[in-house]
Amino acid sequence: MAAVTPEVLTSTHVEKMKKKKLPKRYWEETEKTDQSQRRPEEEQGKAGQNQNKSTVKEKSLKRKNGESLEKKDPFPGEAPIPQKQLQKFQRGKKCKVPAGARERLKEAIAISEAMSEHAQKQAARYDLLLPEDAGFLEGDEDEDTNTISQADIADAVDITSGSKYFNLHLSQFGPYRLDYSRTGRNLLVGGKKGHVACIDWQTKDLKCEMNVMETVNDVKWLHTEAMFAVAQKRWLYIYDSKGVELHCVKKFNDVLRMQFLPYHFLLATASATGFLQYLDVSIGKEVAAICTKMGRLDVMAQNPHNAVIHLGHPNGTVSLWSPNQKESLVKMLCHRGAVRSLAVDKTGTYMVTSGLDRKLKVYDIRAFKPLHSCFLPAGASCLSLSQRGLLSAATGEIVQVYQNVLGSNPVSKPYMAHRLRGQIWGLAYCPFEDVLGIGHGEGFTSMIVPGAGEPNFDALDTNPYRSHKQRQEWEVKALLEKVQPELIGLDPGQLSKVDQASFEQRHKEQIEALGFDPLAKDKFKPRTKKKGRSSAGAIEKRKRKVAHEDQRVFLSLSLLSLFAIISHCSYYRHDDASHRRCNIFKQSD
Amino acid sequence: QRRAIPFTLGVPRNYDPTLHPFEVPREYTRALNATKLERVFAKPFVASLDGHRDGISCITKHAKSLSTIISGACDGEVKVWNLPRQECLRTVQAHEGFVRGICSRFCGTSFFTVGDDKTIKQWNWEAPGYGVREEPINTILGKAVFTGIDHHQREGTFVTCGQTVDIWDEQRSSPIRSFSWGVDSFSCVRYNPVETELLASCASDRSVVLYDTRESAPLRKVIMQLRSNTLCWNPMEAYYFTCANEDYNLYTYDIRHLDVPVTVHMDHVSAVLDVDYSPTGREFVSASFDKTIRIFPKDKGHSREVYHTKRMQHVICVRWSADNKYVLSGSDEMNIRLWKANASEKLGLLSAREKAATHYNKKLIEKFQHHPQVRRIARHRHLPGDILKQKRELREMREAQRRKEQNVRKHSKPGSVPLLTEKEKHVVAVVE
Repeated sequence: MAAVTPEVLTSTHVEKMKKKKLPKRYWEETEKTDQSQRRPEEEQGKAGQNQNKSTVKEKSLKRKNGESLEKKDPFPGEAPIPQKQLQKFQRGKKCKVPAGARERLKEAIAISEAMSEHAQKQAARYDLLLPEDAGFLEGDEDEDTNTISQADIADAVDITSGSKYFNLHLSQFGPYRLDYSRTGRNLLVGGKKGHVACIDWQTKDLKCEMNVMETVNDVKWLHTEAMFAVAQKRWLYIYDSKGVELHCVKKFNDVLRMQFLPYHFLLATASATGFLQYLDVSIGKEVAAICTKMGRLDVMAQNPHNAVIHLGHPNGTVSLWSPNQKESLVKMLCHRGAVRSLAVDKTGTYMVTSGLDRKLKVYDIRAFKPLHSCFLPAGASCLSLSQRGLLSAATGEIVQVYQNVLGSNPVSKPYMAHRLRGQIWGLAYCPFEDVLGIGHGEGFTSMIVPGAGEPNFDALDTNPYRSHKQRQEWEVKALLEKVQPELIGLDPGQLSKVDQASFEQRHKEQIEALGFDPLAKDKFKPRTKKKGRSSAGAIEKRKRKVAHEDQRVFLSLSLLSLFAIISHCSYYRHDDASHRRCNIFKQSD
Repeated sequence: QRRAIPFTLGVPRNYDPTLHPFEVPREYTRALNATKLERVFAKPFVASLDGHRDGISCITKHAKSLSTIISGACDGEVKVWNLPRQECLRTVQAHEGFVRGICSRFCGTSFFTVGDDKTIKQWNWEAPGYGVREEPINTILGKAVFTGIDHHQREGTFVTCGQTVDIWDEQRSSPIRSFSWGVDSFSCVRYNPVETELLASCASDRSVVLYDTRESAPLRKVIMQLRSNTLCWNPMEAYYFTCANEDYNLYTYDIRHLDVPVTVHMDHVSAVLDVDYSPTGREFVSASFDKTIRIFPKDKGHSREVYHTKRMQHVICVRWSADNKYVLSGSDEMNIRLWKANASEKLGLLSAREKAATHYNKKLIEKFQHHPQVRRIARHRHLPGDILKQKRELREMREAQRRKEQNVRKHSKPGSVPLLTEKEKHVVAVVE
């Protein structure tokens, strides 16, 4: 179309359209310099063409002022991805090509590395499309964010978010424990004197309410909002969302604390008698009952990254448990006094503990090293970590929320604070909302904490807005990929690692390759001699002459196997009978 | 009180790995489920084509149509079948005696048969009209019994084997060239589908002979320990062919290096009678005198699949259909059976979701194939009692031989008893 010259237009009665001047772009300077460089090249090219007398002459499209109409990309190549985002999707280290590898192996490794990188880049690019952003609370220049009250926040934000700050006055039935369901829609509150209620806390829709007429130690949602477990005075009860009692599990007695492992469908319970029991809620069987021999188990947390249960003990130790071993995986000495509360972050890297010695300590759970500790005037009785790493610590009637706790820098002052009227008994963050639920002696309070919840959920994993059909589909798929409890260990990705062949395996292969066992020695068989020399007694005498040689072989073999164990004990195997002890040195403040 | 259905704006995703813990154990569980389901849905038998009155000696595919095949029986009858409807379209009494070989012409208009009555007959694919007698287009009388026939891919020449390997032109009634190398008889001859001037044949002196139609004499031959019954060229790689041997194995040779086979495929417990490649060139199917057919990957030493039925007796011939989906086996009890090449594949048109799910499951199984539980389930195949017993017996015999060899090596001068690999053991000589 641009080939039509403007001379044709001037002959009509229509006014000549004023040519709009294009706004100058910041890359245009470079274009002009490029143009000046390209022009002599173009002329050379044209001269060449004329010389060759090519039949097809490509007329390059040109505007009046000589600029080419072919659009050039001012930012050639792919868009760069920030390193931090790429790092987020990094899974494992790059595979090293072993020395002396064959061509095929090198090719295979190169191909799989290229695919991993491509997947990583695609996932990192998708981050741009995430619809939501996390919120935050910023004070004015002089203002400290922890002086801002909840009522002020509720006034400042929109109505829906404002309604997320509310109080339930339930002073009759004792301090309340609470649990939010995995999608964050439903809230379960259980009062110590027996009051159990489940509410859709956003619409304040009461699903069920009852009094179980017994002490309630803990309440927990199971995998969906259809069932929940209540640890009552004597036994464990499982109720339907309408309050109908489904099961009374008598095997689980004197349960004090419960944790639900969602991907394994396991309900882990810690009892007053020192037993840690696992119940598979999909088949209804007790998977493991471990006698911890560490007294009353009152403090419990789960590591969401590897499904290991952390228990805190009155002697200041924290022990890590998996249903596959009768002993703890790890025992760490954390506090000088009793451990009061525990929390582990969702990546499974950091553990926050608070103890009777009024300290709040942060540990790197993967390396079992203490990172930093801070002094709280009154030790925190409850701890909770949100999805975005905000730590809430409850002392008496005050809740304090800390930011940037996980990391190397020690914490100075809290991000937010809130004072209540009753003794705080339970703390939990709502999964995809900026809300902290507090259960206390006077009932339940829901507190707004900007920046606590993960803004972008994955609709195929936990979807707060899922419909009935979506929930059904999700439940079936989740049950199909239920992970077996045998795979719980400190490293969840162990299945993807190559199992270094043990000494025996290598030895076996050696035997097969050679056709004989190079280390074996045939048993001495004495020849039966003639002429009356092979009586039973004579044979035994001859055997005893050589007996010491057999012993030497046996000793050398046992030494070899010992050596194998020592050289291979660096490879951790979760079905090892041995457990590791880590003594964390007492830090001076 | 009607509850409003929440309005969902599509399915927002977040691929953050911290929101999806336990990636490896969940994938492993999915892989285990996929393997188990694959075994649950493994129902390879599709249909049985009934009608022949004697054992089937050869099957051939139509060159252009996927739905037609011809089979020749041991009483001289040749039947043309329509596979989708599983019915016989036409029956021709082609020969007196066995039908030794059938091949279809590349244009798809006619096919050739050779039989025990020393004749080569060319027939029309289309049935004659009503009331017209079945007559071959052309009949050629030979001097000796012909045992096999194959047609050129592009030109009008075909090759037969019997006492000698003869190359015929369709218009002539005597061969244009004859190859022989002091051999008593040949059992099978095949044209290379890629390098169309190359031929290979299996001879009775336990050898496989290579020819080039442009040369006047055979190229070279490789002599093995036992005789090969049939051979098949790889349709994708011009220089590989696989021969089915009497010593229960199949050997894949590279024509450039005939001294050592590329792979030895061991899994059958009786003589292997026929072999055919898949059109992708990555797998082949073999029929054996033990009443099974096995599917081997082209580069592996063991089979990935075994098909058997109580009703199927000694399998004489197999063919892999040209759309890579089906395997046809003709056996002694007068039936041709149609099997799926991938036993757990769902036939018919799949929706996009089904396809995605199948691909995902296949990839999962491939990713975790070395884990012991997954491997145990994926490998498991039921075998009839006789074959299982025979397999164990063979294993014992081979172990015993290996032990004896090791003992001999242990007790002789080091270096005097050479260590031969499995591949080197079976080739006796290569003659130029």
